[in-house]
Amino acid sequence: MEALDKVRETELWKSMFRPGSVFRKGYKDTQRDRALAMMNNVLYHLHPVKIKRHGLKLTYTFCLGGLSFFLFTLLTVTGIYLIFFYRPTAGNASAQAYTDMLNIRNNVYFGDLVRNIHRWGAHLMVITVTLHMARVFYTGAYKPPREFNWVVGVILLFLTLGLSFTGYLLPWDQLAQWAVTIAEGISGNSPLIPDQAKFILLSGIQVNPNTLLRWYVFHVLFLPFILVLFLAVHFWRIRKDGGISGPL
Amino acid sequence: MPPREETPMDQAVFDATLQAELTKGTDRRVAEGRARAAGVRAYRKVHGEPEREAKPAAEREHAAAASGDGGGAAPSATAPAPAAVPAAVGASAGVMAYAPPPAAPRTAPPPTGRVPTARPGAPDKHRLLALVPPEGVQRVEREQGDRINVFPHLLMEEFVSLLVVSFFLIVFSAFVNAPLRELANPNLTPNPSKAPWYFLGLQELLRYFHPMIAGVIIPTLILVGLAAVPFVDRNPSTKPGDRKLAITIFTMLFMFGATLTIAGSFFRGTGFNWAWPWSQGLFFEL
Repeated sequence: MEALDKVRETELWKSMFRPGSVFRKGYKDTQRDRALAMMNNVLYHLHPVKIKRHGLKLTYTFCLGGLSFFLFTLLTVTGIYLIFFYRPTAGNASAQAYTDMLNIRNNVYFGDLVRNIHRWGAHLMVITVTLHMARVFYTGAYKPPREFNWVVGVILLFLTLGLSFTGYLLPWDQLAQWAVTIAEGISGNSPLIPDQAKFILLSGIQVNPNTLLRWYVFHVLFLPFILVLFLAVHFWRIRKDGGISGPL
Repeated sequence: MPPREETPMDQAVFDATLQAELTKGTDRRVAEGRARAAGVRAYRKVHGEPEREAKPAAEREHAAAASGDGGGAAPSATAPAPAAVPAAVGASAGVMAYAPPPAAPRTAPPPTGRVPTARPGAPDKHRLLALVPPEGVQRVEREQGDRINVFPHLLMEEFVSLLVVSFFLIVFSAFVNAPLRELANPNLTPNPSKAPWYFLGLQELLRYFHPMIAGVIIPTLILVGLAAVPFVDRNPSTKPGDRKLAITIFTMLFMFGATLTIAGSFFRGTGFNWAWPWSQGLFFEL
């Protein structure tokens, strides 16, 4: 305990934890330190120092927005782990991607568990984002001044589906290939989606080995990047539009 | 902080103005502010402006710039301050100065298109002090509301919900494996072939409508319609009782989508034909 106090008095420690941090010596459970704890932390300061009391009520938000963000973070972490063991290449008779999938299942430490978390978490995120939208509708939280944040939310829902869908192809098994082929065929057979658009999306007129690399890039870089940009706007607008909506 | 200097003022004028304002029904705080302003003005009319009122150089330059030396735009109509101030430059720079309110609103100089350069001799630092006339001070009457600290209350709630979800997700993942079928084969179509579950509502619609309608028009309508919700529903109330129509429409559409998705997920078998899950089995993979 004394040694810990010594450490907490070093310049290094004090430079790392700004005033208001519970890790800093002399933290007191006062209004001031509670406020500083929020303001002086890069992650916490997404939140305001104080919120309306009803915002704490679980049955108002059901934590759905926060959980969507948490699942996105979890998917990022597990996804990064999976990237280490996965190569998005496929041929006609064999496929490195599929071999790597088997390898992740059978040989990689925690590979199976991490892949399961990634997949089930992805499905769960589609559900939480959809339910979050429903919650926002039922509480009327899209009404002025929050109209635009609802639009950003619709974009985020679309991006979530896009991320889930592009990830669906990556295992390169029968399920992936044909689920994507069918889904792509739902809208793909119309004259409104010309072959040029298909070449951009699929790198061909149908799902083929080249699609794999393209969707891999969509899945691990392009869509997350766009999603994070819109997430930033989404969170920022919550604050600028006056915090959580309500009470009803 | 140095102790606040009392500004000398004419007490008689102060009392008279305060009385007049209070009888008019002005809020006491505002009335006091106005009375003080009147008293100070009356005192200064008699005794003249005190020595320390000189404006710092930078501020005078600003005033001059603001009154329109960028392009020769009517300097005469603007604040008389620069000429009236005694030129005690530098001696008392930084002291908050009193200036009479400008006769006409100041206008910014028209843009010249060049990057402004520092004037020679201008100080490095600006003192950004606002001039607030006493009568401008008003109490803001805003409901603070019943607010609670985010730290620790909300953060604790978020943390617990995060732990609960993590726990169930990890336990579920430890026991239930995500599907991995045999290597993709473009020549071997599985029967049935189903899209990912969130598109199964659309695939279900494909059974009833032309692909153009089910595959293009309806998804576009859903996305555009969703984005347009706040601009179509102009009812400002958030009370469920006032929003019966909106809630009814949304609930019906949401349930409609959920029903289609469930039908496509669990009630479609080989050839995407109708199949009761209890007799023909489930044809559903995540």
